[in-house]
Amino acid sequence: MGFLKNKDLIGLADLEKEDIGLILQHAKSFREVLNRPIKKVPTLQGKTIANLFFENSTRTRISFELAQKRLSADSVNFAASSSSLKKGESFKDTVRNIEAMKIDCVVMRHPSPGAHIQLQNYIDSVIVNAGDGSHEHPTQGLLDIMSLLEVKKKLKGVKVAIVGDISHSRVARSNIHGFLKMGAKITLCGPPNLIPMDIRELGLDINCDINEVLSWAEAVNVLRIQRERQGTRNIPSVREYRGLYGVTKERIERLKKEIVIMHPGPINRGVEIDSDVVDSENAIVLDQVLNGVAVRMAVLYLLLGDKPQGL
Amino acid sequence: MKKTYLPKLFLIINADIIDPAKSKRYNGSILIKNGKIEKIGKIISVPDAKVFDAKGKIVTHGFCDLHVHFREPGREDKETISSGAKAAIIGGFTEVCTMPNTNPPIDSPESIRFILDKAKNLPLRIHPIGAISIGQKGQELTELGTMVNEGAVAFSDDGMPVMNSGLMRRVLEYSVPLSIPIINHAEDLDLKVNGQMHEGFWSTFLGMTGIPDISESIMVNRDIELTDFTNGRLHIPHVSSSKSIEYIKKAKKNGLNVTSEVTPHHLFFNDEELKTYNTNFKVAPPIRNEENRKKLIRALKSGIIDCIATDHAPHTIEEKEAPFDWAPCGMIGLESAFGAVWKVLSEAKMDLLEVITSLTTKPRLAMGFKDDLFYKGSDAQIVIIDSNEEWEFNLSSIYSKSRNSPFIGKKLKGKIKTTISGGYLFEI
Repeated sequence: MGFLKNKDLIGLADLEKEDIGLILQHAKSFREVLNRPIKKVPTLQGKTIANLFFENSTRTRISFELAQKRLSADSVNFAASSSSLKKGESFKDTVRNIEAMKIDCVVMRHPSPGAHIQLQNYIDSVIVNAGDGSHEHPTQGLLDIMSLLEVKKKLKGVKVAIVGDISHSRVARSNIHGFLKMGAKITLCGPPNLIPMDIRELGLDINCDINEVLSWAEAVNVLRIQRERQGTRNIPSVREYRGLYGVTKERIERLKKEIVIMHPGPINRGVEIDSDVVDSENAIVLDQVLNGVAVRMAVLYLLLGDKPQGL
Repeated sequence: MKKTYLPKLFLIINADIIDPAKSKRYNGSILIKNGKIEKIGKIISVPDAKVFDAKGKIVTHGFCDLHVHFREPGREDKETISSGAKAAIIGGFTEVCTMPNTNPPIDSPESIRFILDKAKNLPLRIHPIGAISIGQKGQELTELGTMVNEGAVAFSDDGMPVMNSGLMRRVLEYSVPLSIPIINHAEDLDLKVNGQMHEGFWSTFLGMTGIPDISESIMVNRDIELTDFTNGRLHIPHVSSSKSIEYIKKAKKNGLNVTSEVTPHHLFFNDEELKTYNTNFKVAPPIRNEENRKKLIRALKSGIIDCIATDHAPHTIEEKEAPFDWAPCGMIGLESAFGAVWKVLSEAKMDLLEVITSLTTKPRLAMGFKDDLFYKGSDAQIVIIDSNEEWEFNLSSIYSKSRNSPFIGKKLKGKIKTTISGGYLFEI
């Protein structure tokens, strides 16, 4: 079963470059399917997928559900707040019970990093990581690669900036692993207390001057400032953050060059990025969203599909 | 394991005797009469004695672990004083000090008595450590003097640090005439926050909140300053960071009454192991990186760190099977202790006599116990070791009620074959 080297998709750190290529190639085909009047293909008919969300999510969950519907898979949804999970049934029992109902695949989001690697010990079904704590969000990384590739055609040598709270961002980690594998150059930018210095060992640069970073970059991925995670500990105020690290209209206009604007959403307009920048022609934010469905279709197909077939 | 009464006259012959208290290693025999050492030396034969041939084996003092958690009262599902005692005997320990972070904590003379009552009929020596503060809440001092009178051998809020420097000062001052060690779990909680593992490349890679090494060394430094200021007696548990070592080195050079311990797991593992997200590696303080690990070995070899203590911390499978962020800290360590440390330390070219000293004489001296066990009339506390045996630690090696050990599946070196304690012979 499956066309990728790994049984599961846990992260981009352990996904080989050829497999990234295979996923992107299929995602491109599925993206065409999404433009048809009839958007459904029978590819995963008879397969059952459980979406387990132990942490709130709107867009990732809808994107996965849509991908499953487009592929004609049956899906069931389970959502629980992590607090209720802590009290009641154990994580292991919850997932084993769901697997016992004969499902083929678990798509899981979990607030604890590495939850999917632990899950591998408990169930045999195919596992797709929809985000685990601050560890990885591989489908987001893949859709970001796909979206930038549509603009740049190739990523080798392309200068990508990632701006924001790197420490607490699974999107940042998946982006870093994915873009580096594709040959891009990466500079991280953000408040120094939100960028772990050891991350340089992966082969990238850190620069806390947003203006320098923007003038260097060909594309910038702006991370959401998760106000609920910060409290007042790391960032003194939203005003201060915007002043020092905001991707503002003024900063972009001053560049006098084209720069691709990306954002994984949900966007805090006027905080980490200005509305005018989000809505500008260089922003590919909505392409990212659509590509998200295509990438997830490709991932599910390549992990669950029985044999190669025409689309 | 086979447990039998020690015969009235028991003669261990052909023994490779290590006497850590006298720093000597020699071949000879040990005669035990009615559970007490009768004679050590070149004894050829004793009529009526049951003879035990220890050819090729090390015969030495029973080990002393000054840092175990036996979970009674409160979490008897994890460990009881009796089940913990069994794990200790298997590991070659004949003397242990129990930490007070039970439920309720051991924070009164009555609860010290409870531990000693439970330990009374067990074939090893169990010394309770009392809590520094009532309820281990870090606010009010416990009745330290009365607890010492009941049998407390040290004080600690282990599991939780004494964050309040004023309280730490008061307890160090107060305990001067009691002349027993104050053991502070050194982790600055404001730097630890919600940390899960050592802060460094691997925590970044794995997306886990890091615990910086300075969260320990800052508090070690504070405690050393307070020890200097109060003329107190400080023991630093489970040293994990090389920065702490520097402070300890300086304190010893300045003649302060400071001792310290390191655990087998901090000597054996580095933080790369966490990439499996195996919660058995989740401990406090965390497993640190390779650089720190090497420096811990060097500090033990050079004597800056005095001794080895297991921090045996049982937890149920259910609790440990939780997602990493929610799993409790701790691993069991008694059964694997010698095999783990001798594997690492023999590779680091540490002498066997020195390793055994760090498991016997030095922890006993740190706690103010009698360190010489090999004299006529002494209760026989003896361990017999095959120091060359390489073996795999697995579930059947575990006698604790819990199984939370990351040593499962690991190749260890040196196996405890026999423990003599409390008038019994335990053949393992």
